[in-house]
Amino acid sequence: MSNNFRTTNSNGLINKDKKINFTFNGTIYHGYEGDTLASALIANGVHLVGRSFKYHRPRGFLGVGVEEPNAMVQLHDGNKSEPNIIATEVELVEGLKAKSQNCWPSVQFDIGEINNVLNRFFPAGFYYKTFMWPKSFWMKIYEPFIRKAAGMGKAPLLPDPDRYEHNYEHCDVLVVGSGPSGLASALAAAKNGARVILAEDKPNFGGSLLTDEVTIGNMSGKEWASDTISQLKSMPNVILKKRSQVFGYYDHNMTVMIERVSDHIENPSKYTPRQRLHYIRAGEVIVSTGSIERPISFGNNDRPGIVLASAAKEYMKVYETLVGKKPIIFTNNDTAYSTALEFIKNDIEPIIVDTRDSSNGELVKEVQQKGISIKFNSGIADTKGHLKINSAIIGKLDSSKESFISEETVECDCICMSGGWTPTVHLSSQAGNKLKFNDDIDAFVPDKKRQKETAIGAANGSFTLNQSLAEGFQVGFDLSNKFTDQNNPTNSPNSNEPSYEKHEKLWCMPLPSGKKPKRFIDFQNDVAVSDVELAIREGFRSIEHVKRYTTLGMAGDQGKTSNLNGLQYVSKIEKKIVPEVGHTTFRPPYTPVTIGAIVGREVGNHYLPTRKSPIHTWHEENNAVFVAAGLWQRPRYYPRGSEDMNSAVNREAANVRKNVGICDVTTLGKIDIKGPDAPEFLNRVYTNAWLKLPIGKARYGVMLREDGMVFDDGTTSRLSENHFHMTTTTAQAANVLSHLEYYLQVVWPDLDVNVLSTTEQWSGIAVAGPKSRDLLSKLFPDVDMSNEGLPFMGLVDSSIDGIKARIYRISFSGELAYEVNVESNYGLYMWKKIMEVGQSFDIQPYGTEALSTLRIEMGHVAGAELDGRTIPFDVGLNSMVSQKKDFIGKRSLSKDAFTESDRQTIVGLVPLDKKTKIPEGSHIIEDNSAVAPIPKLGHVSSSCWSVEYNNPFSIAIIKDGKNKIGKNLYAVSPLKDISIPVEVVSSHYVDPEGSRVRS
Amino acid sequence: MLEIKCPYCGKRSQNEFSYGGDATIKRPQLGEEISTEDWDNFVYYRDNPRGKHSELWHHVSGCRQWFKVSRDTATHEIFDTCKMNEDFNV
Ligand SMILES: [Zn+2]
Repeated sequence: MSNNFRTTNSNGLINKDKKINFTFNGTIYHGYEGDTLASALIANGVHLVGRSFKYHRPRGFLGVGVEEPNAMVQLHDGNKSEPNIIATEVELVEGLKAKSQNCWPSVQFDIGEINNVLNRFFPAGFYYKTFMWPKSFWMKIYEPFIRKAAGMGKAPLLPDPDRYEHNYEHCDVLVVGSGPSGLASALAAAKNGARVILAEDKPNFGGSLLTDEVTIGNMSGKEWASDTISQLKSMPNVILKKRSQVFGYYDHNMTVMIERVSDHIENPSKYTPRQRLHYIRAGEVIVSTGSIERPISFGNNDRPGIVLASAAKEYMKVYETLVGKKPIIFTNNDTAYSTALEFIKNDIEPIIVDTRDSSNGELVKEVQQKGISIKFNSGIADTKGHLKINSAIIGKLDSSKESFISEETVECDCICMSGGWTPTVHLSSQAGNKLKFNDDIDAFVPDKKRQKETAIGAANGSFTLNQSLAEGFQVGFDLSNKFTDQNNPTNSPNSNEPSYEKHEKLWCMPLPSGKKPKRFIDFQNDVAVSDVELAIREGFRSIEHVKRYTTLGMAGDQGKTSNLNGLQYVSKIEKKIVPEVGHTTFRPPYTPVTIGAIVGREVGNHYLPTRKSPIHTWHEENNAVFVAAGLWQRPRYYPRGSEDMNSAVNREAANVRKNVGICDVTTLGKIDIKGPDAPEFLNRVYTNAWLKLPIGKARYGVMLREDGMVFDDGTTSRLSENHFHMTTTTAQAANVLSHLEYYLQVVWPDLDVNVLSTTEQWSGIAVAGPKSRDLLSKLFPDVDMSNEGLPFMGLVDSSIDGIKARIYRISFSGELAYEVNVESNYGLYMWKKIMEVGQSFDIQPYGTEALSTLRIEMGHVAGAELDGRTIPFDVGLNSMVSQKKDFIGKRSLSKDAFTESDRQTIVGLVPLDKKTKIPEGSHIIEDNSAVAPIPKLGHVSSSCWSVEYNNPFSIAIIKDGKNKIGKNLYAVSPLKDISIPVEVVSSHYVDPEGSRVRS
Repeated sequence: MLEIKCPYCGKRSQNEFSYGGDATIKRPQLGEEISTEDWDNFVYYRDNPRGKHSELWHHVSGCRQWFKVSRDTATHEIFDTCKMNEDFNV
């Protein structure tokens, strides 16, 4: 395949010395360095790139950049596959593979095109109307059909292998867009000393200066652009970013920009990110995003070969590519004449169709002087050509311009249309700017700003170069003056550009006589003029409703080329002016952003930080299976040989009951509490009394939220008169600290107390089981470990090998147990020491599963019971509630609902067959043969295999639990389709007197 | 993402903070006799104004201080921030 549609000049920005091979729909083509996938395909004469969304109509390129609604392709394959990529935004790179979407079996012959023939069955609101009834059809028939038919690209099924990075930037002035106004403002701001970031979406800076025939000072526009860029490059206070799209404008001047770092590089190094997402917090944002050309609606205006006039010009001037060799220029304004002149420069004589009666614009005259006649007062009525346009029906408009008085057929291979220009106001609108309608240009422009955002140039509706440059230099200087004291303005140079006459307010052509071809407004979502008419006929009035009913402007292109034409048409039928119709809301992202870029490096192991105890390596070396507890990695169990989880857990738990076990409890939250008011503070935070806790003693405490629900529990000890050491559950550690800080800083600032997290400073090792005392006596020979020397809830400081240790006699397992705390760095040493000494006592490590088994058997509550819905009474902690003093949440406990005697309370459950484990979350019901709805008595919160009794045991929270003990109920799990007869028992299943912990 | 000026640390990004609700709510005194209605008003009921709102924020990933923010709930404009024992200037 050869590049038959290249121009003969070489004034563009491609490098014809460097050929690049690529594949499209299986055919190998070549383009050149600097091409986009779009320009290279057009140069090869390929216009048919895809099929439309609803009717599967053949579609080609409409635009040349982000505005492109049609040319979406699937790039690459395998794990690099990426759907819905706009071909006009893809830079050509050696070996690039792309294919069409939304077509089967091929883009030339597509079965779905039958939708086009049947299009009278696919009107606006078709989805809402057709698929509502009958309901039973939805899942089996409608949904799969829509899914298959509506699928644009295919999402890859493999993980994204590419690397994406995030970057945080701050600057005084962010300039978005590097056309004349953007360059001017960046230069003025930078010269005045502000820190400037200039962002340009395309691979080249310059915007319209790359294609417009203008002069600035004594340079051409293009030269001035490159001169300005080199000035900016030399300034240390400027960051220049090309291939970078600012797609979102969020609160407090936070903008987000996506930079395409290596997609255009043939073999990027392994560590080069594919894309980089920049979060830019800017002092001021200058929106110099330019404008987008508007299409015109006419019969079959969507055939491949029908493009925007500005796109045709850019293809010629930047990419040295001809969209066709027999062009028709169709316009309602003067700017399209620059495209005509560009064709003429390439020795191609265009046919010009202008809806206006006449124009005396400079470019119009220039065209006429070249001997080309212009069909004024005319419009395109219809087009022909199945996979590519081959002719147009040009009609003479009557005086009302509501119908054609005569029609002629003209051969052509492309139509370059221009309906005037729409300022790109998306970012301003995202920033909260209330747009206003500008009658002169028939478009919305930014007006009342909510954030520090200023639109200039074409984005502000200033379509002349003079105005754009003047605004740029002025605004760049004014805004930068807020950040510097240099007061150094830059003057705007003189500029020269052709003068333009006004456009005509005509964006929709009448129908050709005797025919009703579709006249598209929104190409990507296949919304035609007739759909908007239908929506209004059916009573939709609000533009937001018309949008949703017709899906106008709702596609991936966000209506960049269709919004205003849609509005204009609604206003015409409704006989309202456009500002009364209003506009729909612009939302980020301005252009599609790949999920990988949003996620950045926070994937896999980097998804969340991992917290590891200092003893972690030992666990790894000893075959631990880990489980995530919040951010922590904790040993779940330590299988031996071919043991499965259940047998390992049972072995570990039984060994604690029989001999002695060791468990890493480093993850428990620890908070150091100091100050003269510390006892009073604890007295307010916990439900029980704290003022008289002796020094050297620990106490179990329960804390509530103000609504009376149990918030957390743990053991807190008094180290000296005004110094306490609090422990919290692993899960609530951070929340408890915030809670304490809230009360100390906000509610009771008069209390003289300081709190500090010491979770990371201590390593905690639980040593539990009947042999734990003997073990620790051997390890700490200086400490009196007897029941009198170190009683239950006592603590003592000691040391071995010069390592300080604090030994608490506390128990979660219900056995005689201790917790040895050492400085984190010595955690591993102490653990190994205990293991070493413990060998002769048959010590075994146990993980979180055995830990759970031991506490469930004992009826000790944990997170599953303290789930934010239980008050102390519900979970058997009423004895912890002081009647004598007030504390956080106490008043709630006397509310009516909280004092009802048949509240759901904690009980134990044993299956009648003593075999079937009861799944956690099961419902408890009285009668399993009852007809639904069956009253639910409560639910199972925790389940285990009781190693004490060798049968399953569960904790449940059920209505009037205390009075249900001894009764038989059912634990049911409709999800798992099981129903288990159970007996209700006390939740204190093992050692209800609590004698072991005190032994 | 908001940019919040911690009165202790200066301007920081919102993801360093956590929100703490209405700053004008006063907790009843400990031991105070209080009707269920008044208690419920303290625990549950909050105004949901459109516009200026005085609220608490906690610099959790910073200095860990609670402080007050005067913010427009509709526009997110922050008028002022101050320490707990101070009053807003605007
Ligand atoms: Zn702070």
